[in-house]
Amino acid sequence: MSVLVYTESWDGKFRKSTFEAVSYASETAKLLGTDLVAVSLGEISNDELNKLGNYGASKVISASNIIKGDGQAATSVIAEQANDAKVIVFSNTYTAKMIAPRLSAKLKIGAISNVIEVATSTTPLIVKRKAFSSKAIEIVKVNSEKAIISIAPNSFGLIKTEGTLTIENSDTSEKGGITIKGQETASGKISISEAEIVVSGGRGLKGPENWGMIEELADLLVAATACSKPVSDIGWRPHSEHVGQTGKAVAADLYIAIGISGAIQHLAGVNSSKVMVAINTDPEAPFFKAADYGIVGDAFEVVPKLIEEIKKIR
Amino acid sequence: MNIVVCISSVPDTTAKINFTDNGSNFDANGVQFVINPYDEFGLTKAMMLKEVTGGKVTVITVGDATVEAVMRKSLAIGADAAVRINMNATDSYSTANEIANYLSNNPADIIITGRESIDYNGGAVGGILAEMMSLPFINACNGLELSGNTAKLTREIDGGKENITAELPFVIGGQKGLVLESELRIPNMRGIMQARSKPLEIIEPSSKEGLTSSVSFEKPVEKEACKLVDADNVAELVNLLQNEAKVI
Ligand SMILES: Cc1cc2nc3c(=O)[nH]c(=O)nc-3n(C[C@H](O)[C@H](O)[C@H](O)COP(=O)(O)OP(=O)(O)OC[C@H]3O[C@@H](n4cnc5c(N)ncnc54)[C@H](O)[C@@H]3O)c2cc1C
Ligand SMILES: Nc1ncnc2c1ncn2[C@@H]1O[C@H](COP(=O)(O)O)[C@@H](O)[C@H]1O
Repeated sequence: MSVLVYTESWDGKFRKSTFEAVSYASETAKLLGTDLVAVSLGEISNDELNKLGNYGASKVISASNIIKGDGQAATSVIAEQANDAKVIVFSNTYTAKMIAPRLSAKLKIGAISNVIEVATSTTPLIVKRKAFSSKAIEIVKVNSEKAIISIAPNSFGLIKTEGTLTIENSDTSEKGGITIKGQETASGKISISEAEIVVSGGRGLKGPENWGMIEELADLLVAATACSKPVSDIGWRPHSEHVGQTGKAVAADLYIAIGISGAIQHLAGVNSSKVMVAINTDPEAPFFKAADYGIVGDAFEVVPKLIEEIKKIR
Repeated sequence: MNIVVCISSVPDTTAKINFTDNGSNFDANGVQFVINPYDEFGLTKAMMLKEVTGGKVTVITVGDATVEAVMRKSLAIGADAAVRINMNATDSYSTANEIANYLSNNPADIIITGRESIDYNGGAVGGILAEMMSLPFINACNGLELSGNTAKLTREIDGGKENITAELPFVIGGQKGLVLESELRIPNMRGIMQARSKPLEIIEPSSKEGLTSSVSFEKPVEKEACKLVDADNVAELVNLLQNEAKVI
């Protein structure tokens, strides 16, 4: 028996969400009294692979010929390694969402996504997950003997341990029915799902020309920038920044909402953040009911001051 | 061109989410149900594709009779036919399994699901369906252009997008970008009248076997009241974030 974890990398590097999945899987392996095996897809250095050992993996199988975006190929390779696995862990990324459900169908194993805690029982496996766009928590039971668990990013955290890792290379080459023609990524930008801090602007900012201060604040805090739905619909900001129930989900340590009213659809996608700050001229804005800290005031006065104050401590 | 759009009937985005019987059941009392927003983008895209290539758009929903309101709305928007599989959807696997069964008898060129349902948030039905049918699955798909049997697709990846080509048939998990918000179609009177005479076929489920089951629901813990800081004292906010919340 073992626990298997899919360790996703981007351009040959692991991110925090990967180490979080490994930490979670390691806790699960402890519960079951077994070892943790990782699977890595795509080109990656041994130095980078070795980092998995710091979070509890004892072995990693590295299949460098497999492209993670080819969900069919990725699923076959992970399935080959899953014979012995009682639990298979993913972080809920867009790519993992193409693999985990496939694996569930291929191996006929119950899969649970959006999981926020380590299992409360292992036979049967019972976990808590977010549902109804974070408006509720669901307790779910897996009916199959094995289980696939995808954890919601930033819900569990990192747990460092000491240990030795062995690297096993797999030269499997599989191919599914798609061809990947390339990627376009905004380099130098921090992604919303990965960011510890997110600075977000709404219609209260009046126009795209006023986003300079949002970006400056975000740069200072090493934060990602985001926006409300109407802001991206009007085209003030790119669609990739739209957060909320129908946009990206945010689960940051700190979410700063500037000129955002706090509509239920907006809050549903951001209220998994640990600390929320609202800056709004309207004391009745619903965001103040959800926020931990707030300033009733004009963003055009408050944000420049905030930038000055943060510069003092940085 | 046969396009099948999988539609989930979900509580309206403004709905208050409550549970009855000690958290075991969703309280649908007073809740209005709508087409899952991601599926609405997919349905509109299907209509646009059909207008170019010709063919048929069928919507399919796994659910009891209560989902028919949303199915009629899909027909009013322009779908040609609707299929309801008469089973309470309780698990992604069993839901996908029923849809796969239907599709094995009624092959489609493009199968459109949403990136996720906003109630269950499984993000799973499309992927499971694709594996059951041995088809490619493009998730978080925000662009689809068709020329002949080849499609150019884009999918959202963390921090950017990925360009893909695929041959028909395939499954996508759609979202905004597939069509623009402004292109979404609102049913008009004519559409609503026509929808009444379009076919809504009801099929009994083949098996109800699921791999997971819901035990109960809880509401998230309520937050403490917001600490308001004076607009003239922004330094205090920074102090609280640094020393009390310890997040900067
Ligand atoms: C199906 C559906 C799905 C949706 N999904 C989403 C979603 O995913 N994400 C999302 O964000 N929305 C979503 N919405 C839209 C949502 O209902 C709100 O309309 C939207 O969030 C409002 O955006 P906003 O707060 O930027 O704008 P507004 O509601 O216009 O609020 C602007 C705020 O700025 C404040 N303000 C004005 N001037 C200033 C100033 N100088 N300084 C500081 N504050 C100022 C105002 O007091 C106000 O509170 C959805 C709606 C529907 C129907
Ligand atoms: N009961 C259902 N009937 C038909 N399609 C569904 C159903 N549930 C989910 N889907 C489809 O699968 C997608 C993802 O749903 P989920 O896996 O529940 O997040 C939805 O956007 C729908 O397209």
